[in-house]
Amino acid sequence: MIVNRTRARRVSAVVAGGLVSALALSACAGDDLGGGGGDSAGGDCGAFEQYGTFDGETVTISSTISDQEADQLEESWADFTECTGITIEHNGTNEFESQIFVQVEGGNAPNLAIFPQPGLLSRMQAEGHLAPAGADAQAAAEENYTEDWLSYGTIDDELYGIPVMGSVKSFVWYSPSAFEENGYEVPTTWDELMALSDRIAADQGDETVKPWCSGIESGGATGWPATDFVEDMVLREAGPDVYDQWVNHEIPFDDPQIVASVDRAGAILQDPERVNGGIGDPRSVATTPWAEAGLQVLDGNCFLFRAASFFEAQLPEGTEVGPDGDIFAFYLPADEAEDRPLLVAGDYVGAFDDGAATQAVQAYLASPEWANSRVSIGGVVSPNQGVDPANASSDVLRLTLDLMQDEGAVARFDGSDLMPSEVGAGSFWTAMTEWVDGRVDTEKALASIESSWPK
Amino acid sequence: MSFLLYSKNGQLVLAIVAFAAVVALLLLTARLAERLRGRGRSGVMVLLFGGPALLLLAVGLVYPALRTLWMSFMDARSETFVGWANYAHVFVDPGGVVALRNTLAWVVLTPLCATAIGLVYAVLIDRSRFESAAKSLLFLPMAISFVGAGIIWRFVYEYRGAAQEQTGLLNAVIVWLGGDPVRFLQDSPLNTLFLIAVLVWTEAGFAMVILSAAIKAVPQDVVEAARLDGANAWQLFVRITVPSIRPSLVVVLTTISIATLKIFDITRTMTGAQFDTQVLANEMYDWSFVFGDNGIGSAMAVLIFLLVIPLVVYNVRQMARNRAVRA
Amino acid sequence: MSATITTRPPEVATRPPAPARRTSAARFRAMVTSRVGSAIAIVIAVLWTVPTVGLFVSSLRPEADIRSSGWWHAFTDPSFTLENYARVLGGSTSTNLAVYFQNSLVIAIPATLLPLGLAIMASYAFSVLRWPGRDWVFVGVFALQVVPLQMALVPLLRIFSGTQVADVLPFLSLWVAHTIFALPLAIFLLHNFMAEVPRELIEAAQIDGAGHVTVFLRVVLPLMLPAIASFAIFQFLWVWNDLLVGLTFSGGSRTVQPLTAALAAMAGDRGQEWHLLTAGAFVSMLLPLVVFFALQRYFVRGLLAGSVKG
Repeated sequence: MIVNRTRARRVSAVVAGGLVSALALSACAGDDLGGGGGDSAGGDCGAFEQYGTFDGETVTISSTISDQEADQLEESWADFTECTGITIEHNGTNEFESQIFVQVEGGNAPNLAIFPQPGLLSRMQAEGHLAPAGADAQAAAEENYTEDWLSYGTIDDELYGIPVMGSVKSFVWYSPSAFEENGYEVPTTWDELMALSDRIAADQGDETVKPWCSGIESGGATGWPATDFVEDMVLREAGPDVYDQWVNHEIPFDDPQIVASVDRAGAILQDPERVNGGIGDPRSVATTPWAEAGLQVLDGNCFLFRAASFFEAQLPEGTEVGPDGDIFAFYLPADEAEDRPLLVAGDYVGAFDDGAATQAVQAYLASPEWANSRVSIGGVVSPNQGVDPANASSDVLRLTLDLMQDEGAVARFDGSDLMPSEVGAGSFWTAMTEWVDGRVDTEKALASIESSWPK
Repeated sequence: MSFLLYSKNGQLVLAIVAFAAVVALLLLTARLAERLRGRGRSGVMVLLFGGPALLLLAVGLVYPALRTLWMSFMDARSETFVGWANYAHVFVDPGGVVALRNTLAWVVLTPLCATAIGLVYAVLIDRSRFESAAKSLLFLPMAISFVGAGIIWRFVYEYRGAAQEQTGLLNAVIVWLGGDPVRFLQDSPLNTLFLIAVLVWTEAGFAMVILSAAIKAVPQDVVEAARLDGANAWQLFVRITVPSIRPSLVVVLTTISIATLKIFDITRTMTGAQFDTQVLANEMYDWSFVFGDNGIGSAMAVLIFLLVIPLVVYNVRQMARNRAVRA
Repeated sequence: MSATITTRPPEVATRPPAPARRTSAARFRAMVTSRVGSAIAIVIAVLWTVPTVGLFVSSLRPEADIRSSGWWHAFTDPSFTLENYARVLGGSTSTNLAVYFQNSLVIAIPATLLPLGLAIMASYAFSVLRWPGRDWVFVGVFALQVVPLQMALVPLLRIFSGTQVADVLPFLSLWVAHTIFALPLAIFLLHNFMAEVPRELIEAAQIDGAGHVTVFLRVVLPLMLPAIASFAIFQFLWVWNDLLVGLTFSGGSRTVQPLTAALAAMAGDRGQEWHLLTAGAFVSMLLPLVVFFALQRYFVRGLLAGSVKG
């Protein structure tokens, strides 16, 4: 790899410097704590007239979005802030889920927050911290989003959260070049998928190479990829209506249909002939970081990897992602080719106050203008129906958008995000991890989750 | 003036200068107060020397502690009184029992191992030619945040199937010696021990620094006398060194024990508290912040507090004993 | 691990004393124990260093290599890069660690000095001054060590949030929070060392007419210097490596967030970018090591050296 000269110099400068040079260095960047002067707008502001103009108002947004994605997010509203005079201060941390409660209870709430799951949003609402979306935001939301998506941001018939970004989880990642080499076809039904899996096992299977690879390790959130897998199976085995009843606990967690769904996941995740390519036996799924498992596809150690659209961001730089590239994704098929249940997840923006500037920002985030602006910058898609798929930055994202805008597809939100968090971020994760680890059977795992459901 | 208020370095300087001024003011007042006579004088002294710290503690820790105690008897949102229900939950929940058991293992093993290693190392390198270099080697892990430590130990414990190439250091060694790879973090109950090893690794440096200093304070003539009596290195260590540094040993053991009770980062990042590695501090974090149940979370915090009471009692007795010796 | 080494003392201690004259056997044994001792010391040193070496080597390897093979392969099949460091230190505004490095310094220096100053004075009140109820208050302070930070965050945050002071001095809440959380341990440690200062020294000074301020500044403080230096190092390290307090009291704001928070964010909320994390972890270790080496000379004479020499 080539090391950029100026960067290398910067490295040595910081490495060499101790306390003194670090303090001196700070004289250049990021040292200013005084109020920054607002730049007057240039360019065409006609598109933003509807939001009004504000003088020196600041709107703070908290989210889980950090690193490069945060920069892209800030870029997406640059024109808006310039034209309206609103300064948007975005603070992203990956400890958002716990921090937001501490901040709100400590009296330090932001104006807006982008909640990574509707469950958090409704908890905030239940504790009386949220303000409903303003009239403009509501109008924009109703115009641009499907009912499925808005229903997860609606509490007691009042819209609190507006989906801003989304992902589709029902994907199987594969290597187009390996498929072509071996004459494998992308399956369109569940049976075809399993037949393909068996064929790969017969053709390629040995000590280290398996048809599937999988990992569910994710630090403090270990287990979530397994719950996603199970949810996808419930949608396929029992259908969207049972799925809704299950998520809302109208049927027991260990209903026979759910047991059958988990067993369907087990047919892949617990079969030593089918997993875990490049890593080990089925038990190794429990300790493999989820994204690391998927990278085995690139090495030819496995051929199929079930993961959400956002796996793309985990691929090493320079990987060719596309229908003819190193890696690509196909829709995880259902029993019939016509059925297209879709497991989705997304971020919802909710407001902590009803200030004019806050509502203006929320309304803007609900608009197709923002969604297109954000999607064009790359890396993500939005469930906003006004997004032009041509703006998607990659083939996978275009595929995701197509599925999101597909009228024949039935979208259901990631169930663990909708369940009470003792279950959705607690016992569900733990029980599925134990199940993958082979320490409990399906009935026992589901029964333990059922008993943990808050009364 | 604008430098002091509007730049980070300025505020840094401002903070230090302001604090120095406060300390100077306190000492100046104390000097004036020395002119006072009678009982008032010592009261003023205590207030000037101890007052600022105690005030901060009252606001920042005593009040939250009482609040936690109160919340532990209330429901999830601290609205209705629920009696002992939250405590009952911890003991009825099978996960809670595992957490309690593991927490005990942590709090017994970590201080003992870290202190033992720190002590032995400090004794062995004492007065050696490479002492300061040797010290910094053991100190190194202390300079690493838990985020960093988590990554480091992942490179040590990682498991791959027997047919695969091992990417974890320990398993690579085991396979090289002809053994089968071990699932260090997955197989209970040994996995808890491997997690404890990580904390021992970071805390041994603390023990070593404090104990090494204490060892240097052991009177040289006593050591010489014992040596003339023919005591060997081991006997010197047991009969002279350890008894002389006893107070420091107690301090180190106590400090590490308390730190251990509160640590949840290692478990959280390395196993996600799965595979029966849950500890109380992590469960408390989950219940309070992830599940949003302040009642159960607070009950766990109170339980952690109760676990420290034996340590407090031991230290109080130790203090009384030291005082008796000195008097 | 090697806990067994020290769990044996009782039986050894009860043995009869060794013969007074040094025999050649005893000399031989002494030589062997010193050999064994050196060997044990080397083993410990290696065990303690190897994981960190692994981190360092990994931080210099390309992303793909880190994931696919163990770090020791870097020695047999060398391929090194500075790319990870370049991305960590350069990169975009949110991954540029240089800014956070400064934040961490601005947080850590006052957050070390404040508790240190207050705790030294408080320990004086607890060890030299005599007042009713002193020991019970001390036990209470000691017990406060165990109050979980998480439980104290919300009440403390309420004090600062929304105030003018918090806007003008964004670091103030961080300094105060770190100070409060450090005080119980600081007072406990420093009191224990101050209690070792011989009473006679203090009484002698008092007979000479010295007041408490003089005793504190001229007698106690100089003797405490090594203890103060070592506590300063630990406190600096703890603040430097703290994530929870930094996250909470910075409210996620990038202007005041410490290095650890930036590092944690780098890990991403969905995956692990090992190559960036390894380099970042190493950058954040540098300053603590500099501080350790700078203050190490204070350890040489020992924390309690004063009481012996005095």
